[in-house]
Amino acid sequence: MNSLHKHCIALAVLAIAAAAQVPPVTLTTPASPQKVPGADGFIQRWLLLEPIGVTGLTDSAVQAAVKKEYFPDQFTVIPNDGDKVALGDSQLAWHAVDTKLYNVNLYHFAHALGKPTSDVLFWAVTIVNCPQEMHDVRLAIGSNAASVWWVNGKEVIGIYGDRQTVIDDGVSRRITLNKGPNIVRAAIVNGGGATDFCARFLDAEDKPLKGFTVSVVGTGK
Amino acid sequence: MKYAFVATVLALASLALALEGQIGIHDPSTVVLCNGKYYTYGTGGASLVSDDGWTWKRGTTLPHRGLAPDVIHIGDRYYAYVAANIGAQPKAAINMIWSKSLDPDSPDYKWEEGGVVASSDGVEDCNAIDPGVFLDPTDGRLWLVYGSYFGYIRLVELHPKTGKRLNPNDKPRDLAINCEASDMIYHDGWYYLLATHGSCCRGADSGYNIRMGRAKKVTGPFLDHDGVDMIQGGGKLLIGSGGRVVGAGHFGLLDLGEGVQKFSLHWEADLDRGGASVLDIRPLLWRDAWPVAGENLKEGAFEIESVRTGTALELAVEGMPVGGRRGRGGRGGGGPGRGPGAAPGAAPGAGAGLGGGGGGRGMFEGQGGVIPPQDIAEVSKSWPTGNIDVRMATYLCQAQQKWAITAVPNAGGYPGSPYFKITIAGTDRALAATADAELVVLPAFTGGPEQLWRMDQLADGTWRIMPKSIPNSKEALVLSAVGSSFATLSKFDPKSDKQRWLFKTP
Repeated sequence: MNSLHKHCIALAVLAIAAAAQVPPVTLTTPASPQKVPGADGFIQRWLLLEPIGVTGLTDSAVQAAVKKEYFPDQFTVIPNDGDKVALGDSQLAWHAVDTKLYNVNLYHFAHALGKPTSDVLFWAVTIVNCPQEMHDVRLAIGSNAASVWWVNGKEVIGIYGDRQTVIDDGVSRRITLNKGPNIVRAAIVNGGGATDFCARFLDAEDKPLKGFTVSVVGTGK
Repeated sequence: MKYAFVATVLALASLALALEGQIGIHDPSTVVLCNGKYYTYGTGGASLVSDDGWTWKRGTTLPHRGLAPDVIHIGDRYYAYVAANIGAQPKAAINMIWSKSLDPDSPDYKWEEGGVVASSDGVEDCNAIDPGVFLDPTDGRLWLVYGSYFGYIRLVELHPKTGKRLNPNDKPRDLAINCEASDMIYHDGWYYLLATHGSCCRGADSGYNIRMGRAKKVTGPFLDHDGVDMIQGGGKLLIGSGGRVVGAGHFGLLDLGEGVQKFSLHWEADLDRGGASVLDIRPLLWRDAWPVAGENLKEGAFEIESVRTGTALELAVEGMPVGGRRGRGGRGGGGPGRGPGAAPGAAPGAGAGLGGGGGGRGMFEGQGGVIPPQDIAEVSKSWPTGNIDVRMATYLCQAQQKWAITAVPNAGGYPGSPYFKITIAGTDRALAATADAELVVLPAFTGGPEQLWRMDQLADGTWRIMPKSIPNSKEALVLSAVGSSFATLSKFDPKSDKQRWLFKTP
């Protein structure tokens, strides 16, 4: 390793350290057990896993990336804040967050932790608690970039390519939300630059669904 | 009808193109719906009936076999106004008859005489033929316009509960001149007088064309777009000859509700039917508060684009860029050539990139030569063989985004058009409605009603796309954009862009 390389690495380490000191200004730690959706129905409470390195945004690349098993019970786990998963030699932590905005800024999230934001996969999970069965609703999401979404274990949305977050970009077929908890899970793959997502449910008239709460207090592993 | 005596019952040939079946008619009345069937009546006792507005057959003649009838449905009655010359032109009279049904098989089918509602004495400046009846939706008053080239188009008021002349002694009001076959419609604060200019009854030499003026009052004055009063010969063109048809005449509004309007007319000569006079039904559009004649959908290959989202309907398969996948290069420095994700099926050499990664062309210089359209046979090799979902995406000229619209023979239709199948161009993969009111593309078209599509052009020129039926459902749902990247079936909302689509030539 020559001196130039060493110099570059040192600068990179300093840059990461400096970046890690920047708070995720749009994200806060949940302060209540339940949260109602925002004015436009957006789900603003999530558990986010620190990013996993992946490449490719095409349909097949994203499907391969999200279907690969990175940690046990990947498609069923309801993690708690602070839980960790082992990935090779490293450990990645789950973080419970509330977003102040309609969207969840994953760039803020990763950047604040000193984690990479490009060529990465973020896992996100939340629990939607319904007072009664809700029929003919649709999950509606936007993501930067590609993403795949599951509701109660069933894959309902996949949007691919290098795209920006647009409200209701990807929309599921009509589904039924159970009375009680419903698990919404997402895998968001970013190529480079900004990365974020937003999600809400639409009712049978394509209006934002409300009347439910959101929590991230899971049943544990 | 300039030469009324020339008009006779026409040879009712059954040739393909335009409407199907026996569509020979001259001076058709406004197409009217009665118990699920469409009816129109023409000069000389001609009568046509259709179950769907697409395939027509001869119907039952009215008791008065006169000139250019018009029909209106008010309450439980169908009023027919039929003109007849009662001497040498322009001596004529318009008789009213009414029935509670137009269906000869109905027990309510019985025509009652209503008497003369307008006439001309052979000397005055009017020829009392070619009636057009109009119910004002703003106040429920009923009006009759009539007349031909012998003088003026005139207006008289009728009684909306009897169909008879309201005040027989009132002097008719002159509205227009140098035209015939007039009719009136109302739209968004304006009254429109539509009348036929030019000559009729000369086959392909007929100059018939439908023109119009508008007024804020039913009594006029009706000015055209240049401000010329129709009583001085003004008239903005709605429709004239074009394509394989010559001489447009006898406008009649067919309002299908929910903002879908069409109009009936006859062509003096259909060149594909030996020059016969035939019925036609066209979409009626609106632009700058003027009616515009739309076009029934023609077969072809199209991008189907959502007005709501600007994205295009596509088969949910991984797209391959036209010319092959390639990486993003540095500005001016050349790109990396074919990207790592290059999929099978890329055109040979198509991904050769932007100058070979550094030494050659810059990223904006292309790959040289003409990039051909995608070869559907090649591209589709990687597609699943079974059912495939439908989604929407930014249009990139790719094979899974190009749809062939093809009329389906003997599958029926709707006013003005046959049912179509919608397939991925170059394949038989067919768009279909599912039992849960969603969409799917089937491996092949099998002719089921859930695979037949109706396309109605809306007032703004966009299109409403509707399956003939949805499995296990009687609901009438239409293709609808939900979000940017998904399409479904839902109830039509005339005020929404979600269900408005564009057919663009790919």
